[in-house]
Amino acid sequence: MTTSIERTWTAVCAAGAVPEWSGVAALLGDGVQVAIFRLPGDRWYALSNLDPISGAAVLSRGIVGDAGGVPVVASPVYKERFDLRTGSCLDAEGVSVAAYGVRVTGGVVEVEASP
Amino acid sequence: MRKLVVVGHGMVAHRLVEAVRAEDKTGEWQVVVLAEEARPAYDRVALTSYVDTWDPASLALEGADYAGDPLVELRLGDAVASVDRERKVVVTEAGYEQPYDTLVLATGSRPFVPPVPGHDLPGCFVYRTIEDLDAIREAAQRPGRGRRSAVVIGGGLLGLEAAKALRDMGLSPHVVEMAPRLMPLQVDEGGGGLLRRLITDLDVTVHTGTSTDAIEPDGSRYIAKLGNGTELDVDLVVFSAGIRPRDDLARSSGLDVGARGGVLVDDTCRTSDPAVYAIGECAAVDGKVYGIVAPGYAMAEIVAARLTGGEGTFPEPDMSTKLKLMGVDVASFGDAHAATEGALEVAFNDAVAGTYKKLVVSDDSKTLLGGVLVGDASEFNTLRAMVGRPLPAEPGAILAPAGGGAAVGVDALPDGAQICSCNAVSKGAITHAITEEGCDSVAKIKGCTRAGTACGSCVPLLGKLLTACGVEQSKALCEHFSQSRAELFQILQATRISTFSEMIDRYGTGTGCAICKPAIASILATLGNGHILAGEQATLQDTNDKFLANLQRNGTYSVVPRIPGGEVTPEKLMVIAQVAMDFGLYTKITGGQRIDLFGATVDQLPLIWRRLVDAGFESGHAYGKSLRTVKSCVGSTWCRYGVQDSVGLAIELELRYRGLRSPHKLKSAVSGCARECAEARSKDFGVIATDKGWNLYVGGNGGATPRHADLLVSEVDTETLIRTIDRFLMFYVRTADRLQRTAPWVEEMEGGLDHLRAVIVDDKLGICEDLDAAMAKHVGDYADEWRGVLEDPEKLAKFSSFVNAPGTPDPTISFRRERDQNVPVLLGIPEVKQ
Ligand code: SRM
Ligand SMILES: Cc1cc2nc3c(=O)[nH]c(=O)nc-3n(C[C@H](O)[C@H](O)[C@H](O)COP(=O)(O)OP(=O)(O)OC[C@H]3O[C@@H](n4cnc5c(N)ncnc54)[C@H](O)[C@@H]3O)c2cc1C
Ligand code: SF4
Ligand code: FES
Repeated sequence: MTTSIERTWTAVCAAGAVPEWSGVAALLGDGVQVAIFRLPGDRWYALSNLDPISGAAVLSRGIVGDAGGVPVVASPVYKERFDLRTGSCLDAEGVSVAAYGVRVTGGVVEVEASP
Repeated sequence: MRKLVVVGHGMVAHRLVEAVRAEDKTGEWQVVVLAEEARPAYDRVALTSYVDTWDPASLALEGADYAGDPLVELRLGDAVASVDRERKVVVTEAGYEQPYDTLVLATGSRPFVPPVPGHDLPGCFVYRTIEDLDAIREAAQRPGRGRRSAVVIGGGLLGLEAAKALRDMGLSPHVVEMAPRLMPLQVDEGGGGLLRRLITDLDVTVHTGTSTDAIEPDGSRYIAKLGNGTELDVDLVVFSAGIRPRDDLARSSGLDVGARGGVLVDDTCRTSDPAVYAIGECAAVDGKVYGIVAPGYAMAEIVAARLTGGEGTFPEPDMSTKLKLMGVDVASFGDAHAATEGALEVAFNDAVAGTYKKLVVSDDSKTLLGGVLVGDASEFNTLRAMVGRPLPAEPGAILAPAGGGAAVGVDALPDGAQICSCNAVSKGAITHAITEEGCDSVAKIKGCTRAGTACGSCVPLLGKLLTACGVEQSKALCEHFSQSRAELFQILQATRISTFSEMIDRYGTGTGCAICKPAIASILATLGNGHILAGEQATLQDTNDKFLANLQRNGTYSVVPRIPGGEVTPEKLMVIAQVAMDFGLYTKITGGQRIDLFGATVDQLPLIWRRLVDAGFESGHAYGKSLRTVKSCVGSTWCRYGVQDSVGLAIELELRYRGLRSPHKLKSAVSGCARECAEARSKDFGVIATDKGWNLYVGGNGGATPRHADLLVSEVDTETLIRTIDRFLMFYVRTADRLQRTAPWVEEMEGGLDHLRAVIVDDKLGICEDLDAAMAKHVGDYADEWRGVLEDPEKLAKFSSFVNAPGTPDPTISFRRERDQNVPVLLGIPEVKQ
């Protein structure tokens, strides 16, 4: 038997509004902030925008790159790196941020509202 | 308790006291030092560098005042006049009597002044103490017409150092040497020929093979008459014709002296009286005196050991010398003159490159005996350490330029080889410190073993030993680029690659990170790649550069408009005040003479800057690795002491260099007189006015590791000043490491300030034209970055908090009031860091 989980997708912007190798922040209905990142080859990632180390909502403004091949964003405040796929922090043990689903349909970026 | 009395407080006496205090575990000795000079022992070996700062503190030896040590008494400024060996008492010139159990004479030597007529005229000086240099400086600064000149009598090591000091004081020096070549003791004929050419190229006029017959007064100047008929018109004369041991106390108290002077001692440094020792330059060990510091240190260690129950005898000293004068390397080691029976000489003279190298080898050419290096002495330490040992290759192969360094790597040295001859530290001791005691940097090796702490010439070898022991001193920028920043600069400049993606495809691996992206963006910006937010470049910038503002702890930004030189009109102040009030920004005067407005959200930034730009403000680059501020004092316009318009110059400099992207931030200041109210010497480049022009200091730093800037050029006019700063900055921008400020950059530069001066003042590398053109391009291309954002809708679009809700402020940001202004309320986030 298969249980299907209800997935709610929220449209946030046109794909063209996010240049490759950069991030944007989106404000979801319940005040949740999501940082959405775009890598070449139409690879999209979404993490919570709130940097758990500084407490500032700024992860979308970090520099995107890789660490040993793992796609990461570095927090602009104290430079800790977070795995774009899982949200786990590479530089502080036990620290992670929520990772959200993200997809592009018909040129529109959508994030999964409830992680 | 027993009394140890030391006469003289030079470098050797200081080493003795240190060693006694370290070895004397039970506090058996009460040490009294009686010194003629009015200050504690200082670094006489580095005396010439005093000219860079005129600050005696720059020559201070660590711990030489023995502050807080109850077992050492240091009595300064009162020379010992006599020794009564029967009563075991010394008497000073002031009449102070000091009894002793053991006496150590460490009186050094005095400069020898040949008895030529006129040698005692007021314009004649010697070159040995800080006071000597102060006196020379005073004479050099006396007003006179035209370019002032001086003659140094004696073309040995010290004579050439004196010539350098005079040149750095702005005089044209002549050097007169009796022998047919300069530095006759260290250098052979072949090396002497090249040395003369290199020194002459540096505006020093060399006269060899001639005596000085008389010094005659001529109005306020002097005429030096040479044996070959030449007459030199000079403003002052410096005698540097050798030294004589100060053995007068020994003579007057009936101790034996050497046939050619010096207090006669045996190989334990004991004089003919068992209660009296002599060490350093005043001592004649088995009749021989030594005029360099390393043998003196060895004597000090031996006496300290003997006084505290140890043993030791004076070893055959290493008389090798290496010096760098005005950028010219000269070194000699071992049996440089091939005095050994059957010794063979192999010389390699490269007139084009300006290098001369000679090796002296045993008759079977298997063992290295000594050598001479002129023009390039980079192999000095390795070769010197190899003296008396089998050569790793044919002498010819070692000398040939291509084979050079590789053939004589540190690996080839045995453990017993001495790496630091000043402090007698062997390769074995250093590798032990690295592998067993965990020293993983040159600084730690210095702390652990003392190697590298005296003349510093062995420091490059310490780095090589670290590498040889597997301690990586990688220059790689990050995991994506194995090159150093300077190498990346060269690649980008040569290939004209203008995007990060092409750069990493061709010269790196992976996709980049928060280290290499901003570093390469900064280089691209220096090379003139348009606006920092243009195209792909926007994704490379740190958040500060991306939003042209400084990120604060709650995610807001601060705004710092440029206020060149700290000068601002009341009208402009009112604009700042009005903007701050309208946007509720916290307002503070910075340490850099301008105003910082805090608490702006990303969407407010363009609105704020629209108002500021309209009022004539532009970006202050408080966010960039680029020029921050050029601080100024009030200067001659208002200040009753000012001798130049420091505000005017500060504004000119700030406007010239604004926006220049560099490896780290750049700061500057201009003071209107020597009182230095603008603190220019704590800046990357600082300018201090004199009544004749400007003094330029470089490599200063405040912050975590403060450093006073060094004098680069003095009393230059504004045009020369600006040209010199242009070149300094461009050379720095091209060659420094990522996040390396000018202070460590200058400090780590091989060849130091002399090299820097040779490159940017004398154009030794022939690159000045290129540096000048690069700066001209920067000045010509400058445009205000904030205006660039306001004029471009695409760039403006990036300044929104939320892509799906432009204009909605970040709900996590809130403020409370403190002392009548807004300050951030920090989120109560759970403690995540352990
Ligand atoms: C605003 C200011 C403090 C103030 O309110 O007075 C300040 C604020 C910061 N300083 Fe500073 N420094 C300020 C003057 C100084 C000075 C004094 C001076 O310039 O005369 C120094 C010592 C002088 C020097 O740099 O040599 C100074 C030495 C530092 C250092 C240590 C640099 C070093 O080489 O050791 C850092 C850290 C760094 O750059 O890596 C730093 C870094 C910072 C940063 C960028 C830290 C950060 O990343 O947030 C701060 C930016 C705050 C902001 O948003 O504007 N700041 N900082 C001053 C701005 C001056 C200006 O108008 O531009
Ligand atoms: C410009 C310059 C550059 C040099 N460069 C180098 C170099 O590159 N490498 C190198 O190895 N060496 C160099 N030397 C030599 C080195 O400085 C000396 O070998 C070293 O300083 C000798 O130390 P010392 O303690 O024996 O004598 P000094 O340093 O001369 O100290 C003797 C002290 O005793 C005092 N004194 C003398 N008589 C009395 C008395 N009766 N009562 C009390 N005090 C007295 C003197 O005032 C003096 O302070 C250089 C020297 C100079 C001047
Ligand atoms: S540095 Fe000199 S000119 Fe400038 S304010 Fe101070 S005293 Fe006046
Ligand atoms: S050789 Fe002079 S400090 Fe090491």
